[in-house]
Amino acid sequence: MSDIVIKAENLGKKYVIGHQAERGSYTALRDVLMHNAQTLWNKTKDLATGKPIIQGDTLEEVWALKDVNFEIRRGEAVGIIGRNGAGKSTLLKILSRIVEPSTGRVTIEGRVASLLEVGTGFHPELTGRENIYLNGTILGMTRAEIKRKFDEIVAFAEVEKYLDTPVKRYSSGMYVRLAFAVAAHLEPEILVIDEILAVGDAQFQKKCLGKMSTVAKQGRTVLFVSHNMSAVVGLCRSAMLLELGQVVIMGPVKEVINRYTLTAGCETSVDLERLPHGGSGAFARLQMLSLFNDTGEPTGTFPMGGTAIMRLRVHCHQHMTNFEIGVKISSWAGVAVHYFVSTWEGMRCDLGEGIHLFEITIPKIMLLPGKYLIGAWVLREGNPADDHVQEITTIEVVGSDVNGYGADFERYAYSGCEVYAPSHCSIVKINE
Amino acid sequence: MSTIVIEPGRTEKNYWVDLWHYRELFLILAWRDISVRYKQTIIGILWAILRPFLTMVVFTVIFGRIAKLPSDGSAPYALLVFAALLPWSLFSNALSESSNSLIGNANLIGKVYFPRLIIPVATLVTAFIDFLISFIILIGMIVYYQFTPGWQMLLLPFFIILALLASLGPGLWITALNVKYRDFRYIIPFVVQFGLYVSPVGFSSKVVPEQWRLLYSLNPMVGVIDGFRWCILGGNSPIYVPGFLLSLAIIAFFLWLGVTRFRKTEKTFADLI
Repeated sequence: MSDIVIKAENLGKKYVIGHQAERGSYTALRDVLMHNAQTLWNKTKDLATGKPIIQGDTLEEVWALKDVNFEIRRGEAVGIIGRNGAGKSTLLKILSRIVEPSTGRVTIEGRVASLLEVGTGFHPELTGRENIYLNGTILGMTRAEIKRKFDEIVAFAEVEKYLDTPVKRYSSGMYVRLAFAVAAHLEPEILVIDEILAVGDAQFQKKCLGKMSTVAKQGRTVLFVSHNMSAVVGLCRSAMLLELGQVVIMGPVKEVINRYTLTAGCETSVDLERLPHGGSGAFARLQMLSLFNDTGEPTGTFPMGGTAIMRLRVHCHQHMTNFEIGVKISSWAGVAVHYFVSTWEGMRCDLGEGIHLFEITIPKIMLLPGKYLIGAWVLREGNPADDHVQEITTIEVVGSDVNGYGADFERYAYSGCEVYAPSHCSIVKINE
Repeated sequence: MSTIVIEPGRTEKNYWVDLWHYRELFLILAWRDISVRYKQTIIGILWAILRPFLTMVVFTVIFGRIAKLPSDGSAPYALLVFAALLPWSLFSNALSESSNSLIGNANLIGKVYFPRLIIPVATLVTAFIDFLISFIILIGMIVYYQFTPGWQMLLLPFFIILALLASLGPGLWITALNVKYRDFRYIIPFVVQFGLYVSPVGFSSKVVPEQWRLLYSLNPMVGVIDGFRWCILGGNSPIYVPGFLLSLAIIAFFLWLGVTRFRKTEKTFADLI
């Protein structure tokens, strides 16, 4: 028996997506009718030939994964990292047999349980007790197995009192705890987990991480996707870095994360068109982000307390009211550290159609030395993000004598502190 | 230890064995649908009795009293209608629920693997439970009319299974199509409404002129309904054998079509839903 439990060869997954062609406003009713008739005809043709309907005028093939090869040994805990859209979730979905690859093959030895979401199949009308059985069975446990672990699950979730209440009456925290508790008691040979720790309060997250590292130590094979680098380091000894659907590097976890922090950025000017976007995109699209220091030089490295200037180019497809633009700085653990938001600073405006350039100046960066991720969004005030791009690039903040006292900020940054705020310190009374 | 190979276009050889492994999931999904069905309603499970009962009353008045259509032999008209309404509601409930089942469970399909066939088949259980409940009305009516069913009643389970299979075939096909083309979710309510009048629910199939009866039996529910009437009304309502065999063949054809279409598209559900 070989020691390799998962072996992927030339794995690829293709999606076909549609784009709405950009067009000016229709000049005549006839054009509108012609266009609609054309669309109807195309759709009917699709139906007749059995092709799926894809909304849009032009079609584009996108390879979410391409030529992916790797081997995973028994008992290994492997972190899968990469930016949004790098293909991590697609890979997990293929490994859990939810979607079929377009090319290549995977050979898996043993039973796979996948946790791509907490509380899959939870039904709001059913009670906590009923949902434990429902969810457990969906995740692949047998009834006998759930019965045996029932008390343990309930204790882990800390919901004893509400077992016979429909889960729609649960607080979101209780809901997540119950859902995770069921998942944590799975005992498959191979466990596939996606971003599950992004939920719940900090204390419960810690408990989950603990539970998962025991799972990993029991000799089970674990595949773990996360943006939380400290969780990846805590759980996995090796990792795989995906970029644009391909494996860039696979090896010891520290090495891979270092590589990730390098490749993910320090670009001073990023073309956002090649990154995945979120949001409806109804009004605007972020096109470009550029970083400068106070003298106008392009740079991705800033001294603590230094000035950072960010320029964002936005294309408005149509007139946009109550416009807001924002930049997010987050740590490598995935925690948002700073938001810089136009409306917070009193900029309230409507935008006309066309391309606009925005400049956000941070007079003093109050971050401790380290690497940070930049994200950006545009929206109409009061609405969800119209367009957003995460993990655009990284900036590096280096230590400097920001307050003139020669503080060793590096040391404190190492132990996890991220934000510096000045304070005053004096002795008000001396007891002799 | 089992080895799984994932490849494009690969169909598992042990699909049907796999289906058996997932029997607990099948049971729990069926149980979920049943226990959720009448939550937050006032009269709850009584809906399963009220709906067919009222339909029966209306049909008896319209077809029996106003249109004065003949019953089968000496059977009371209300009993004639209800003996057909039972399989018809079983069929139409099973069909509408199975054909919407994949979309209703989109969250499961996108997040876990299991043989997808479980979902539409599990909805049959819900329809069957509703059927059992409305069966109580039939017993009540038999007592009320002091009607004695014959030995044929013992064959009823066979026709119940037939009604379920008749809905499963098209149900599987349509639910698979529904994943790709949502148009079909609008077609089903229409088909069900239409079918109620096209099938011999409010009247006896003997009303149909002799030369048209074989053609009429192309509707698979004609065979199922005739079978139900034969079981419940006994000698009053003999089966028209050539028509029944034709209905059987049509049911088998749709079942084959449904299962093969479903199996063929199953792997793409998660991409499309």
